[in-house]
Amino acid sequence: MTNLLNSILVIVLMLNLFALGTSRIVSVIRTVSIQGVLLGLLPLLSHGHLSLTAFLAILPTIALKGVVIPGMMTHALRDVKIKREVEPLIGLQPTVILGALGTVFALLFADQLPLATQHAGALIVPTAIATVLTGFILLITRFKALTQVMGYLVLENGIFIFGMLLVEAMPLVVEMGVLLDLFVAIFVICIIVNQINQAFSSLDTRRLVSLKE
Amino acid sequence: MAFLIIFFPLLMAALAAAVPSNRLRPWLLPVTGAAHLALTVFTLARPDLTVSAAWLVLDPLGKLILLVVSTLFLFCSVYAVGYLRNRGERPNRIFCVCLMTFLGIMSLVTWSHHLGLMWVAIEGTTLVTAPLIFFNHTQRSIEATWKYMLVGSVGIALALLGTFFLAYAALHAGMETSLVLEDLLTHAPQLSKPWLHAAFVLLLVGYGTKMGLAPMHTWKPDAYGEAPGVVGAILAGGVTSCAFLAMLRTYHICFAAGEGAYVSRLLLFMGLLSMAVASLFMVGQRDFKRMLAYSSVEHMGILALGLGLGAPALFGTLLHVVTNGLTKGVLFLSAGNIHRAYGSKNTEQVCGAMRRLPLSGTLFLAGFLAITGSPPFGPFISEFSILNGAFDAGRMATGGIFLFLLLVVFIGMGATVLKVVQGRASLEARNTPYRDTFLTGAPIVGLMVLVLLIGLYIPAPLAGLIRDAVLFLEGQP
Repeated sequence: MTNLLNSILVIVLMLNLFALGTSRIVSVIRTVSIQGVLLGLLPLLSHGHLSLTAFLAILPTIALKGVVIPGMMTHALRDVKIKREVEPLIGLQPTVILGALGTVFALLFADQLPLATQHAGALIVPTAIATVLTGFILLITRFKALTQVMGYLVLENGIFIFGMLLVEAMPLVVEMGVLLDLFVAIFVICIIVNQINQAFSSLDTRRLVSLKE
Repeated sequence: MAFLIIFFPLLMAALAAAVPSNRLRPWLLPVTGAAHLALTVFTLARPDLTVSAAWLVLDPLGKLILLVVSTLFLFCSVYAVGYLRNRGERPNRIFCVCLMTFLGIMSLVTWSHHLGLMWVAIEGTTLVTAPLIFFNHTQRSIEATWKYMLVGSVGIALALLGTFFLAYAALHAGMETSLVLEDLLTHAPQLSKPWLHAAFVLLLVGYGTKMGLAPMHTWKPDAYGEAPGVVGAILAGGVTSCAFLAMLRTYHICFAAGEGAYVSRLLLFMGLLSMAVASLFMVGQRDFKRMLAYSSVEHMGILALGLGLGAPALFGTLLHVVTNGLTKGVLFLSAGNIHRAYGSKNTEQVCGAMRRLPLSGTLFLAGFLAITGSPPFGPFISEFSILNGAFDAGRMATGGIFLFLLLVVFIGMGATVLKVVQGRASLEARNTPYRDTFLTGAPIVGLMVLVLLIGLYIPAPLAGLIRDAVLFLEGQP
């Protein structure tokens, strides 16, 4: 089971790099949605059996991260003129290299962490750290509002991966609460993105500079 | 009881969504606020009602925050009726629904004894306040809301990671993983130290973003500057108090784990840094609402500092949550009135508020004196008590810097406030239709009276509540 789990986590890591390397916003959205579906499947593999509560937790996760949020994002993208991330803070190739370095760092760093013995072999912790770092890279280096939102989602995915280790600590109610918060947050953000697009005729967050000292 | 206190405002929010009249709907706000405060006081008086479920327990810390925010909400809700009457041109359905939902979710924050649930609730307070900041639908308010949502969401996501680390600290030590506060406190000494340290840093950054500690405060001047005054009061007195409660929980666990020294150092550093950054931006500040935002950053710094000083300053710190929350209400509501009367919040256009709006102008000045720690107002007692705590703890340097920064803030803030209230209002400002009314004036007077009362004499039940909370934090039942 650990082998299968690890191979999925490797795919998640590769999707991180792919999200960093593409300039088309719609590709970023698709990448993150595939990542969301894979993450939704993780609890199945890390426990090995399908109980009713596990099933109840998996279904909304996949529906939300794989279908609903990407759908909302694609919808928001429909009215936008520029569909590509032009002029990111640093170029696309350097960000991929940065992401790869981040992944290597995460793997080395996770080795140093005092992990419980049952988690020593699995890639969960390094993948979680690398995904959080990827989220931050997207948030910092991209200027289109929608890409920044995808960065936030990738960051949230990384935290979700770490949560795999702690199923007992997060009861179903709380987990559903977290998902609900995520959904409402994206919903509110989509409305604001839409307003930004109408008011500024652009999704470039560099135009949001009227408030400063 | 927890379910009643949490779900009653949510029900009223649903009712507000159903009411078609733009004019009648705001009246549901004070009704909700009054009933919520009555329920809160009733629960506080009856110790047998404070346990509702395994995760819903109202401990002394929760009681204190619930009382402060519920009181502040009542005054703000009366003001909101007057405010929305002046803003008849804008639909207020979303505004009213979000305000009431906030009250319900805030109550959940104070009741929850499961750190995961508390995280969900605190993130919830961010989400329901975002549409409030957006109320004016201007380009500037879009920008402010965007920054608020993005910075707030990312910050609070880190707090979730920190919460997970805390659970992992238990797992690593070979215990059953649980995020229930009681379990964590009982087993605190056995928690794995490296994970606990990492968890504290992440929680400090995450909930610190929500509180608005420097350097994570960047959303604050924008959000407070663009939001209506009443929303500013709710944010500065309510949302930040909830985030501070989360910080208190974190401190409590680390303290019980015997990591007081490690936690103290970080809190003292963040506290002084926030005060220093805030004082820098306050000197020469021309936008009086942004000035209030920096004042909020400063006071969050004072709270972090007080917590960092530990036992000798805890009473003052918890009292400061009360006095800061109420005084912020006075300042933001009166600033909102001045903003409305002048149509500007820049001191180049705004002067002579004392003559143009005698009531709001005077209250704005009194609120400024109170928040900067002048006697005989409440914040004087709490800030003095924190300062005393610093010297008692033998931290002379910290106490000295604290005093110096308070002085800088007093001078910086004073210059702006005096420009606003003194002088003669321009002709066009005198001809705007806005006048102080009962609904937009009385709530501020009420809050000011409370601030003055706490400064003259702390009511025995409040003092008892704070003493209980201090004992609870120090681990004595």
